Amino acid sequence: MSLILIAEQVLNGLQFGVMLFLMAAGLTLIFGVMGLINLAHGSLYMVGAFAAAAVAGATGSFLLALAAALAAAALAGVLIEILVIRRLYRAAHLDQVLATFALILIFSEGTRWVFGSFPLFLDVPDALSGPITLPGGIQYPVYRLTLIGIGLAVALGLWWLTARTRIGIQIRAGENDREMIAALGVDISRLYTIVFALGAALAGLAGALVGAIQSVQVGMGEPVLILAFVVIVIGGIGSIKGAFIGALLVGLTDTLGGIFLPELFKLFMPADAASQTGSALASMAIYILMSLVLIWRPSGLFGARA
Amino acid sequence: MIGERSITLVVLGLLLAVVAWALVVDEPFTITLATRAAILALAAVGLNIALGIGGMVSLGHAVFFGLGGYAMGILAYHAQSFSALDLGLVSVAGTKSMPVIWLVALGVSALAALLIGLLSLRTSGVYFIMITLAFGQMFYYFAISWSAYGGEDGLSIYVRNGFPGLNTLVPIQFFGICFALLCAALFLNARLRASPFGLALNAARQVPARIETVGLTPFRLKLVAFVISGAITGLAGALFADLNRFVSPTMFSWQLSGELIVLIVIGGVGRLIGPVIGACLFVALEHWLGGLTEFWHVYLGAILLGIVLFARGGIVGLLTGREGPHV
Repeated sequence: MSLILIAEQVLNGLQFGVMLFLMAAGLTLIFGVMGLINLAHGSLYMVGAFAAAAVAGATGSFLLALAAALAAAALAGVLIEILVIRRLYRAAHLDQVLATFALILIFSEGTRWVFGSFPLFLDVPDALSGPITLPGGIQYPVYRLTLIGIGLAVALGLWWLTARTRIGIQIRAGENDREMIAALGVDISRLYTIVFALGAALAGLAGALVGAIQSVQVGMGEPVLILAFVVIVIGGIGSIKGAFIGALLVGLTDTLGGIFLPELFKLFMPADAASQTGSALASMAIYILMSLVLIWRPSGLFGARA
Repeated sequence: MIGERSITLVVLGLLLAVVAWALVVDEPFTITLATRAAILALAAVGLNIALGIGGMVSLGHAVFFGLGGYAMGILAYHAQSFSALDLGLVSVAGTKSMPVIWLVALGVSALAALLIGLLSLRTSGVYFIMITLAFGQMFYYFAISWSAYGGEDGLSIYVRNGFPGLNTLVPIQFFGICFALLCAALFLNARLRASPFGLALNAARQVPARIETVGLTPFRLKLVAFVISGAITGLAGALFADLNRFVSPTMFSWQLSGELIVLIVIGGVGRLIGPVIGACLFVALEHWLGGLTEFWHVYLGAILLGIVLFARGGIVGLLTGREGPHV
């Protein structure tokens, strides 16, 4: 196994990780500020991907497609926040799970209704297609490298937003004591809508960006949603830093596990059984990672409340 | 307003009446639908012990449903291919006998529930929801990658397993088995909630601190409830696999876990008969709306939203005029 292959897989893991971070950041913000568990976050990811594919198909511009993804997901987010989610902030977790599960059903079947059951395709823009040679002679797709860059930029932007801006202070204050900041004159319901729209837009962005490497289809959001849950459980719910570290851990574990576990088992097992056992174990690797983290710290790496 | 006990009897009576009618006019498909409803109800009755009494919102009960299904699938597969099932230290023959399969399904899912419960119950609230969901996915992906038993394609069993003295291939006889098991589970559930254990569990859901003060351990109560709950859902999984004569990783899917919760909430959380009402309505809607439009999930979603936002106690809540069970 060459160093180049390892470096490539590490980059793949990073790319997967930062995309998971875009999903997990929204989820963890929404939970941290509003105390809401949002299963429909995966639907917003799907909305972003479909909007991007539709606009790219009509105009041919990838930038317009990204803008459409952000706008459509944010709009869908605002819409469901005002119509449904707003009524759930004080409800039991069970009601939140159910109502957002109902939203998934509506979004998925609605999208199937409009776009049909066949997957759409979103092409990587010409300027970013093809590989680039990195130091050390590693050939790596430019587009995936761009995704890593965008993910890191968003992470930095979110840190700046929450740590340095007025709205960030309000968000952090909202996590701590919603009555108090409402009493200080902050329009709490507008703040909630903004946070929800922000999380939705990030999910939509992730959907559009990943949609260009995978196919855009109904149900694409749910596997990512569940991985994002694993991420925020590992990182600690409500913590953006935790979401970032958790996302990278999950991305790297999943990618590297899939490649190296079968190889590892080949050292002491027959090749056939090794690739079987290895790939079965690799598909469970992130959940095992999650269990280990939970045994060690039940509220996640950076979680404050259990 | 109507009492809960009479609703229970009326619902079970209605289900029997529908089946009796189907038998008279010779509509075996309706009997199969009723069987499906009874099995889903059984799974949800299991979940209702964890969710309704114990307050544990498990979004991973498909694990037990799937394990029950695969217990049936694997045992029957080895029996129909006359191959030995190698368990490492010992190797056993497969079986086509329902009671044996049920015991294995109960045992395996109880064991899985014990392990998952030990880990998940260290947390609570939203963590618990997400962790049970994640364990569900873990089993789902494991089943997909486990090619010895069909992987993604699943396993087909050619002939339905047998029960001593009955011909399980006759729809009404198989319905009878499922209905009897459902009634047994309901009876167990009713006894359980009236028992000291059930009362303590109920209290642990409401005010855990008080339970600790009187010297009980909420963790242990919840773990036991979770294990019983998982075992019953596992039994339902074995029956479900027998109904379809097919098991596949979709029995582990998280949508199924979600649907089990949906069944309970449609009927009324924590109500004895809630899951049965939910399952009957769900199967009826699936059949009726699914015949009208391919996109029936949109309507299911809308109905569900309506129930969560406006009819918090589910159907039983509407009928009795009380949002929650009287405990």
